[in-house]
Amino acid sequence: MRIAVASGKGGTGKTTVAVSLALALAETQSVQLLDCDVEEPNVHLFVHPEITAAHAVDKLLPQVDEAICQRCGDCVRACEFHALALLGQHIVVFPELCHGCGRCTLVCPHGAIDEVAHSLGTVETGTARGLLYGQGALDVGEAMATPIIRELKREIRPESTVVLDAPPGTGCPAIAVLRWVDIALLVTEPTSFGLHDLKAAVGVARTLDVPMAVVLNRAGVGDDQVEAYCAQERIPLLLKIPFDRAIASSYAVGIPLVDALPEWRKAFAELEEELRAVMAE
Amino acid sequence: MRICVTGTGASLDAPIDPAFGRARYFLLVDSETLAVEALENAPGAHGAGVEAAQRMAERGVKAVITGNVGPNAFQGLSMAGIEIFTGATGTARQAVEAYQAGTLTRANSPTRGGHGRGLRT
Repeated sequence: MRIAVASGKGGTGKTTVAVSLALALAETQSVQLLDCDVEEPNVHLFVHPEITAAHAVDKLLPQVDEAICQRCGDCVRACEFHALALLGQHIVVFPELCHGCGRCTLVCPHGAIDEVAHSLGTVETGTARGLLYGQGALDVGEAMATPIIRELKREIRPESTVVLDAPPGTGCPAIAVLRWVDIALLVTEPTSFGLHDLKAAVGVARTLDVPMAVVLNRAGVGDDQVEAYCAQERIPLLLKIPFDRAIASSYAVGIPLVDALPEWRKAFAELEEELRAVMAE
Repeated sequence: MRICVTGTGASLDAPIDPAFGRARYFLLVDSETLAVEALENAPGAHGAGVEAAQRMAERGVKAVITGNVGPNAFQGLSMAGIEIFTGATGTARQAVEAYQAGTLTRANSPTRGGHGRGLRT
């Protein structure tokens, strides 16, 4: 089973839930924990992995040979991301807009475009506390997270239960993760912001036809709008984590919730059966 | 000379649109006759600044008058040899008049961070 721990809103407790879920499940089975939040990977702060393999992730950028280029503009018109422009007498490449698809190189009638590798980040794998571990990290200054997430996907061990700490939001990086999981565990908080962004995440999960369930973190603050919404939309709310100083304190010093407060292990371990029940519906 | 003012509407009496790449209209103005050709602007999700700069270059625009310009649009317009005047306010007509009176600021660098760069000013 592949479980994405996701959220529309950042800072709702995805990492807290993903780490505790992985550690609790690992008591009875092989678990792989993947930190897919490649813009800000932080799972390692809680599980201190031993990294045993790493490889770079590149993007292929077009490089135009101006001696061959006839300034026809075919490449410019072919690029739906507007990563190339014909300005004055130059084809100008905007690297951070390029998705590395290679279409410009294919359509160039003069063979004037080469592709050159441009480093985007790294994928690292190893072990952590009996878990199989993997993470992606985007290079500082780069904007394109999805190629790294796709590389991280190749590290998935089909024989393991896989817990994926997904990127926040509902953009391309989050979608890249949600499209290859069996179920999404959406972490939110009982505030207007939490509800607003939960609705966005639910929309994405429904569009992708991914079953989902909700974890309500910081329960006790805010109001009951999120619970009312989940009931109305028939989205199972599987776990409530209270707004509690001991939980916040352990997070702040990098101690997983199920270590700081072991009485939580059972609740996280039981999530597996509850998630399977949601998937079976 | 052909200049472009970013407008929130299709005429010179519309307020200026402070965005360049995602302006609602590009008002292409003949600086001699003030004849206007309004181009609707409906950029896609990506690269609005570059797309807009490309359109300006294809239309032979020599100067752009707008509120702000991001890094990709700035680079694109600069490579095309198009002058950029930012900080314009009021209606598009007032912006053209300010341009002709020489009271607008010529931008020598982007005036805001681009999409996804977290550098909004």
